[in-house]
Amino acid sequence: MPLEPIALLPAVVDLPFREGYVSSTIYVSLYVSVTAVTLSTLFSVPVAIVLGFTDFPGKQLVKSIINTGMGFPSVVVGLLVLFTVSNQGPLGPLDLIFTTEAMIMSQFVLATPPITAISLAAITGVSENVRDAARVLGGTRLDVALVVIKEARYGIATAVLAGFGRAISEVGSVLIVGGNITSAEGISKTRTLTTAIQLEARQGQYETAMVLGAILVALVLVVNAIVVRFGDTEAVNR
Amino acid sequence: MTIQRRDFMKAIGVGAVASTAGCSQLGGSDADRPDVAGESLTLTTTTSTYDTGLLDEIHPDFEEMYGVTVDAVAQGTGAALESARNGDSDVVMVHARGLEDEFMRNGYGVNRRDLMFNDFVIVGPESDPAGIQGTASATEALTTIAEAEAPFVSRGDNSGTHTKELNLWEAAGIDPGGDWYQETGSGMGEALNIANQQGAYTLSDRGTFISQRSEIDLTILVQGPIEDGPEILANPYGIMAVNPGVHDNANYDLAMAYIGWITSPGAQDAISDYQMNGEQLFFPEAVSEDPDFQQYVPEGWSSDSSDQ
Repeated sequence: MPLEPIALLPAVVDLPFREGYVSSTIYVSLYVSVTAVTLSTLFSVPVAIVLGFTDFPGKQLVKSIINTGMGFPSVVVGLLVLFTVSNQGPLGPLDLIFTTEAMIMSQFVLATPPITAISLAAITGVSENVRDAARVLGGTRLDVALVVIKEARYGIATAVLAGFGRAISEVGSVLIVGGNITSAEGISKTRTLTTAIQLEARQGQYETAMVLGAILVALVLVVNAIVVRFGDTEAVNR
Repeated sequence: MTIQRRDFMKAIGVGAVASTAGCSQLGGSDADRPDVAGESLTLTTTTSTYDTGLLDEIHPDFEEMYGVTVDAVAQGTGAALESARNGDSDVVMVHARGLEDEFMRNGYGVNRRDLMFNDFVIVGPESDPAGIQGTASATEALTTIAEAEAPFVSRGDNSGTHTKELNLWEAAGIDPGGDWYQETGSGMGEALNIANQQGAYTLSDRGTFISQRSEIDLTILVQGPIEDGPEILANPYGIMAVNPGVHDNANYDLAMAYIGWITSPGAQDAISDYQMNGEQLFFPEAVSEDPDFQQYVPEGWSSDSSDQ
């Protein structure tokens, strides 16, 4: 697990936290959000491709539903997932309440609409000329699709980052389904940076909350930089 | 400690070990571990027990004793009981007797024990615009605040503190409302900060107030019973196991082990020893020479009454 640079963070900023608290919290944040966004991307991009390449009655309605999903309040998503995984809910026997799995579920639901919608916009936005050129050059439907995806890759990367941004910064649903749990030694089990910030704010410790907020922003910045850099390298290699 | 014990055991020989077999879990190889080892207990509790750091301080003792982990979820009394009602927790530690009684009457909670107490205090700005300082009665103080329409911050979150506040207003015969009465829907720390910024009064548990006092300008204007204030401001905490007859997946064995441990003299001493800023936050009350049957049943319950 490449956590060394992250583990150094608390030493640099000197926080009033116990050893391992911040690094384990960052780890849980990243683990939950990255897993959720990865699953979400695997689901959303194919859906966006299908929507982008086919026409069917009710397509506008589907798009409207996806766009509405982007504005879904995270607390409501949290409650829906809670009802699902709670002991009384359909997934109750799996005992997922207050686990990272439940948090991944709720973030999956939150990240999927923006990733789908922005990917779809990127795919639809690829100029007709490009599609026509691919067809003229004798491309099959699959070839045309691949060309379009290649052209739309920046848009899709933006979609993934938007989904990641939504997932890692939301507090409502992970608090409800995760429970904001640490061990008695302060090692995070289901505490993320956002729920840690919420906890500090609840106690009126606004300064430490701000420091954690700064760590969260830095983390998102790093992830964005990595994805953008990755995108650039791809472009150079081609 | 454990290691030393084991070495000592070796030194005095096998026969001696056999004769002290009752103590063998102290020696603790994995094979000797109780069956619950590795399991986790979900405790839903209030923000005041969690945010003061009490649970993190005392839980390692229990976790080591049974080889388990305690997942403490700090939710506030209303939400903690709701999680338990849904079968999502094994044991609840809360501070609103009325809600606890309802929980027991509905069959969700069993084996309730009185655990510990501290008290509530009415805090406000030093200037004390409504002039409640020195009032001996909490309800009278609230009446004075309401008559002066001095700003008052309410938790408004169905927590134990909020429940107590509503009970106090009811006892004072006042239905609070108007611009001066603000429901924040936030935790105690935030509510204290809001009251601080607005020069408002609020009801706080003593523990949270002590832990934040250095950062805010509010002062205690009506003391609770710990400092000889009115008994109505008492803040007792109770603990209950989730009824395995209602939720068969509740970890009842471990819940009862936890209740047994936390009401034992050792853990009660640890609660008593826990301090913040040099002040004791919680006063244990589980260990007592005299019987106290009312802790096991809804308040006022008796087998003679028609009440089930």
